[in-house]
Amino acid sequence: MSATANSELLTITLADGAKRLRAGEITSRELTRAFLDRIAATDDRVRAFVTVTEESALAEAEQADSLLSSGDATAPLTGLPIGLKDVLMTKGVRTTAGSRMLDTLVPPYDATVVSRLQEAGAISLGKLNMDEFAMGSSTEHSAWFPTANPWDLQRVPGGSSGGSAAAVAAQQCIATLGSDTGGSIRQPASFCGVVGLKPTYGRVSRHGLIAFASSLDQIGPFTRTVEDAAMLLQAIAGPDPLDSTCYDAPVPDFDAELDRGLDGLRVAAPREFFSDGMHDDVATTIEAALDLLSANGAIIDRSPSMPSVPMALPVYYILAPSECSANLARFDGVKYGYGARQGESMWADMEATRKHGFGREVKRRILLGAYALSAGYYDAYYLQAQKVRTLIRREFDRVFAEHDVIVAPTAPTVAFKQGAITDPYQMYLNDIFTIPANIAGLPAISIPGGFGADGMPVGLQFVGQRLDESTLLGIANAYEQLADWSTIPPSNVGST
Amino acid sequence: MSEADTTQFTSEQVRHLASLVRIELTESEVEEFRSELASILSHIDALSEIDTEGVPPTNNGADLLNVQDSDAAQPAMPREAVLANAPQREDDYFRVHAVLDQS
Repeated sequence: MSATANSELLTITLADGAKRLRAGEITSRELTRAFLDRIAATDDRVRAFVTVTEESALAEAEQADSLLSSGDATAPLTGLPIGLKDVLMTKGVRTTAGSRMLDTLVPPYDATVVSRLQEAGAISLGKLNMDEFAMGSSTEHSAWFPTANPWDLQRVPGGSSGGSAAAVAAQQCIATLGSDTGGSIRQPASFCGVVGLKPTYGRVSRHGLIAFASSLDQIGPFTRTVEDAAMLLQAIAGPDPLDSTCYDAPVPDFDAELDRGLDGLRVAAPREFFSDGMHDDVATTIEAALDLLSANGAIIDRSPSMPSVPMALPVYYILAPSECSANLARFDGVKYGYGARQGESMWADMEATRKHGFGREVKRRILLGAYALSAGYYDAYYLQAQKVRTLIRREFDRVFAEHDVIVAPTAPTVAFKQGAITDPYQMYLNDIFTIPANIAGLPAISIPGGFGADGMPVGLQFVGQRLDESTLLGIANAYEQLADWSTIPPSNVGST
Repeated sequence: MSEADTTQFTSEQVRHLASLVRIELTESEVEEFRSELASILSHIDALSEIDTEGVPPTNNGADLLNVQDSDAAQPAMPREAVLANAPQREDDYFRVHAVLDQS
């Protein structure tokens, strides 16, 4: 097929692709081939993929085409190629979580979200790079290689789902899945100029998501448009007998509520989300976005104060390492993955396995968590953090008693240069505006909100009430209709 | 309740933590982690200033309690599929060092 037709396919959305496949204007094989070619042409620079599953993707595309041509394609995502963060278990496809510990793991089962996407007809192009065990904000902590930001290859894509964000920005996939424990979907979405949605904790099954911090982890989509985020959420949301933390709540038709508009929408802009540390170009961009929302019918209220919100970061850096130190205890080198066998005893082997299997950031967090949970410090750190978590949740409840949605910047800066942040705590500050939603279990979305002075994307974040992704998607979609930054592609990856 | 004094975070504490979580550290790693953990904890210590008198802890992201599954038998994963990922196996077992005294 010709180069122009090929590159035209790369900007397709899930919604448009589904229509054109059904109308017979394109085939799944053409579409899948176009993205595989794009990956081959660009991934030596972007390095978003850990594993590309070309053969199975093309085989699935053939099957999708036969369903489509016989009119039997009832599944909503039939024939549409997507990518998966390498933290999601995929049966028969190597799954590493960005860690040497899982270098050789070929899972015997699929994560629930992976089976749901298959049932919805989507085609997986492969597994996407990430910070090891989802711990990081730059994808520099992958055991394999760092991923680059498609807007500026010298900069980080954000993290931990950096591969998932970069793949969508670089037009290597129509959409991808990531996971978000403290901002790992929204911050990379902001850095890469794409849409990233963290659903309500308990909206999407975590079965088959390699656990980092179980009370905070949630899986969600990266897409080019808000409408696509709604489509992908629709496919993966809902109760699962294999995850008892999933809400047994009906899943609304997210698409039906996309066009609710801005009129009379009560939007809170709490002052703690507009604080120190925010760079000027982020502040300028967010102010312009607020003006646009306001000029189009939304009621922006800057008066709410959430005094406990600045405590969300310290709360997170107690709770997440504590939970990770327990979750990562399972990597003992016995049952799967990497196992050292040169020691004189079982303990020596286990200590060597964990010495060589884990990277620095992971070790640091396991040690920190063990400290926060240890005798004598439990009350001062872990229990105190859980109590402050309650205070933060109450402040969100108070704001939502009078407002429909909260607006905030996604990250305090645009994407930074690779290697620019070496101090762990400075790196943690990247998530200062995203962590509060995880602490409170609330849904939140980052959408492209404009560009900073140096041409890098700036993300606009909305946080919604528990299980109310519909309102979030509605306001995000309304903003996208007013200012569609997503139509501007990065120019640094090279055109097809 | 012990007050956590992070300015005094010691190498000995790092070694103790590393032994608890079964991670072998080099001497230079002990020193690096000591300094990094002390720095991180100094930022986290602001938490202790928050008044949480009478506030219950939140330990669950979703407010769900006692979710129960039907007590129905499900097919287990095939043994071969599970053992295929073992770093070392012997017949149908994971192979490890002996953990009990064999005398």
